[in-house]
Amino acid sequence: MSVMNLVSYEDALASYDPVMGLEVHVELGTKTKMFCGCSTELGAEPNSQTCPTCLGLPGSLPVVNAVGVESAVKIGLALNCEIAEWCRFARKNYFYPDMPKNFQTSQYDEPIAFNGYLDVQLEDGSTFRVEIERAHMEEDTGKSSHVGGATGRIHGATHSLLDYNRAGIPLIEIVTKPIVGAGERAPEVAKAYVAELRELIKSLGVSEARMDKGQMRCDVNLSLRPHGTETFGTRSETKNVNSLRSVERAARFEIQRHATVLTDGGTIVQETRHFHEDDGTTTSGRIKDNAEDYRYFPEPDLVPVAPSREWVEELRAALPELPRVRRARLQAEWGLSDKDMQSVLNAGAVEPIQETIAAGAPADQARKWWMGELARRANETGTELAEQPITPAQVARVTALVAEGKLNDKLARQVIEAVLAGEGEPDEVVEKRGLAVVSDDSALGAAVDQAIAENEAVAAKIRDGKVAAVGALVGAVMKATRGQADAARVKDLILERLGAEGQ
Amino acid sequence: MTELIRFTAAETAGAIAKGEVSAVEVAQAHLDRIEAVDKKVNAFLHVDTEGALAAARAVDEKRAKGEELGPLAGVPLALKDVFTTKGIPTTCGSKMLEGWIPPYDATLTTRLKDAGVVILGKTNMDEFAMGSSTENSAYGPTGNPWDLTRIPGGSGGGSAAALAAFEAPLAIGTDTGGSIRQPGAVTGTVGVKPTYGSVSRYGLVAFSSSLDQGGPCARTVLDAALLHEAIAGHDPLDSTSIDAPVPAVVEAAKMRDVRGMRIGVVKEFAGEGYQTGVMQRFDESVELLRELGAEVVEVSCPSFTLALPAYYLIAPSECSSNLARFDAMRYGLRVGDDGSRSAEEVTALTREAGFGDEVKRRIILGTYALSSGYYDAYYGSAQKVRTLISRDFDSAFAGVDVLVSPTTPTTAFPIGERADDPMAMYLADLCTIPSNLAGNAAMSLPVGLAPEDNLPVGLQIIAPAMADDRLYRVGGAVEAALNDKWGHTLLEEVPAL
Repeated sequence: MSVMNLVSYEDALASYDPVMGLEVHVELGTKTKMFCGCSTELGAEPNSQTCPTCLGLPGSLPVVNAVGVESAVKIGLALNCEIAEWCRFARKNYFYPDMPKNFQTSQYDEPIAFNGYLDVQLEDGSTFRVEIERAHMEEDTGKSSHVGGATGRIHGATHSLLDYNRAGIPLIEIVTKPIVGAGERAPEVAKAYVAELRELIKSLGVSEARMDKGQMRCDVNLSLRPHGTETFGTRSETKNVNSLRSVERAARFEIQRHATVLTDGGTIVQETRHFHEDDGTTTSGRIKDNAEDYRYFPEPDLVPVAPSREWVEELRAALPELPRVRRARLQAEWGLSDKDMQSVLNAGAVEPIQETIAAGAPADQARKWWMGELARRANETGTELAEQPITPAQVARVTALVAEGKLNDKLARQVIEAVLAGEGEPDEVVEKRGLAVVSDDSALGAAVDQAIAENEAVAAKIRDGKVAAVGALVGAVMKATRGQADAARVKDLILERLGAEGQ
Repeated sequence: MTELIRFTAAETAGAIAKGEVSAVEVAQAHLDRIEAVDKKVNAFLHVDTEGALAAARAVDEKRAKGEELGPLAGVPLALKDVFTTKGIPTTCGSKMLEGWIPPYDATLTTRLKDAGVVILGKTNMDEFAMGSSTENSAYGPTGNPWDLTRIPGGSGGGSAAALAAFEAPLAIGTDTGGSIRQPGAVTGTVGVKPTYGSVSRYGLVAFSSSLDQGGPCARTVLDAALLHEAIAGHDPLDSTSIDAPVPAVVEAAKMRDVRGMRIGVVKEFAGEGYQTGVMQRFDESVELLRELGAEVVEVSCPSFTLALPAYYLIAPSECSSNLARFDAMRYGLRVGDDGSRSAEEVTALTREAGFGDEVKRRIILGTYALSSGYYDAYYGSAQKVRTLISRDFDSAFAGVDVLVSPTTPTTAFPIGERADDPMAMYLADLCTIPSNLAGNAAMSLPVGLAPEDNLPVGLQIIAPAMADDRLYRVGGAVEAALNDKWGHTLLEEVPAL
């Protein structure tokens, strides 16, 4: 289906109400795998981080990673979930070569965390509550690479290579309850939810949650129902959507695609879909019309996990400040309106501003630079604000130089640009480019005298008490010094020379 | 040197420790015996001559240096081919694993090596431990040394036959539904299924994870106790391993005193299907216990009649999942990989060619029982029965110290007799299965020959979980009394091979 034939987003929403379910897999940042002692470090030689257990060799047995369980409980608590007093792992049975045992050790009807919610903030500043069905522990599979085909897909490949380094890396799967009532904002809610979840996971320190590295992956389940109906429509499952922007686009495309099919009188096939970054479309994957039978049963090789209430309360008490609370605190500390705070959030400027303040800059100055000059540049280059080639410490140093009177605003801008251009630390730039403010009275004196001489008419007005005219002379001096003069000092000198002091 | 092969493990270790014989001499005597008789018996799938002699030399060197030797140092052992052995083939009696050389040792293998036990080789078994006759081995059946035309029991028929044929004084088995005890019973040897969780399963190729338990096989109760002590104990690599001290089984085996013990006879294990001679020897054993000063009472465990069907849902369910890993992708057999077939097709062809009928039957049974819509009725109900059986045991053990029954309803049947009748085959484990479902400890001990066929009969003793020492106390006393009565051990009556 090409984008051209799709029902427009507005038309889709006019007829249908989207219902979403989001399944997010987070790879935990534990040092070792979920059920064995192998390293979880990424990028190692294929199959170099394996052992009998994660290769599923005959006779091998799993042992639960205690840090993995602790991380799961922390995530559950941060998502306002109930934590199971007793739960088990279960085997999810299906054959696939990248799964060494041909079953995935997961959790089925006894997840470690369940019944929670996550409040997410939308771009207009309003809050949307996403209800959490469950968060459970499981293990990752190995990675297949299909060789010989054109697309890297298994179709057309001559053979496949398997890397089991990833097999057994702990995963937490977080599943939402059906998200209803988001209406036209469904794609935005999806994006905001995943973004908030990512912040949450990072703040807990349980994973870096890098979507570009596959440490966090999102499946977008979506269905439409005609306005006014209660029953859910048939859903599609768009798998492994790997950026925030893609989550939003995938949801949006599926809304339009479903609407197109339904409007034509067709039926939605329950299937998995692949999302394509290049054109923002999805294509058909596996049909799931007869729900696959995974023959789940309790994992007999593991004993039940029974987190004691004392331990759970200890973990709850030790939870770090959660992103939402932190944002509210920062907004108050920085004295921002809801709207300004939202702009800061949308620009991804919270971290840079906070770090710049931590490096000694006043809050308003830190925000001014990141939300002004630097945000503009990020926008122009289509890059993340936090990835600009300047550190919060460098920005803080520039604000310090301004405060000390060594730079004025214009010069500061030049220093920032030079740092971004890779010319070194702010102080080096000032030195090399000779950008320091000229405040030496003898050097300035000559420029002032020259300006008075060349603008006698203006000078006369000032002598007559029209002090407001001084701006013209200040401008002339600034021009002559190529902006390096301290404007306040120039003004004082002119008034002094013209005997208009103290006015 | 023919005498060496008739020594008990305790005697062998003692002789080596005193320097009366070298460990190498002992190992060589057993290797010679295997060479001489195993063509007939087929107890071994792989004999590790070099490894055995090297292990024996190491013991001799240790002794020469004056280092202290463990209680089983230098004693040869036959290891069931279901435990992984680094660098030594491990087939589980299946074509599926033909040629597979494990890169790691099972915890049990490591413990045996650390104890200075000399591993002679790997023994024959029903494929993936599924069977009661060793006829399901992909490498041919094992003969019962009492009558080579009869089965040695199963699945650990190779280990039991190696003991009865004097190819090894010690052996290791695994017991999922009776695979240690039933072979012990039909070969006139001692077999113990320890409490579930007391012997590590790390490196035991799983048949049914919640039931499998490795354990000792020997010709005497004391030897079994010595081996029990060597292999049991907590293992952090097995999550289901019990972190508690191993009961004092060696001490118990030496007590030879059952006065004051309360012994329960399980009412349900008698009647139709039980061979007359088996019941006769069993009744005599009960009488003997009474004479030795034990108090004998009859107990009823009504749920035990449901044990067999529950077992044949739980074990196949777990096996259908455990055996899924044999997919031709990473190790073992690979069939049909001609460059044109998909991975899925190669997996299917390999499983078709690599698994025997009984294994396939159980995989299909288990796959069905776990299927959506059937799970509650089959797997779910079976788990409930499991709970009922545990409760029956609990109430029985509230009144008695141990329970006794025949180990298996009949003596060794002829090879081929039940091969095409799975239900008849399954009945061989009728009395042993409840202990696997409940996870407690049980022993089979030879108590004579059935008069009608002159084949060994086993007495089963069952103790509560973590009370394994009671098995040895009762078993040791019965064994001593019978040996006194006969003037020799039962195995001295095994015909020459």
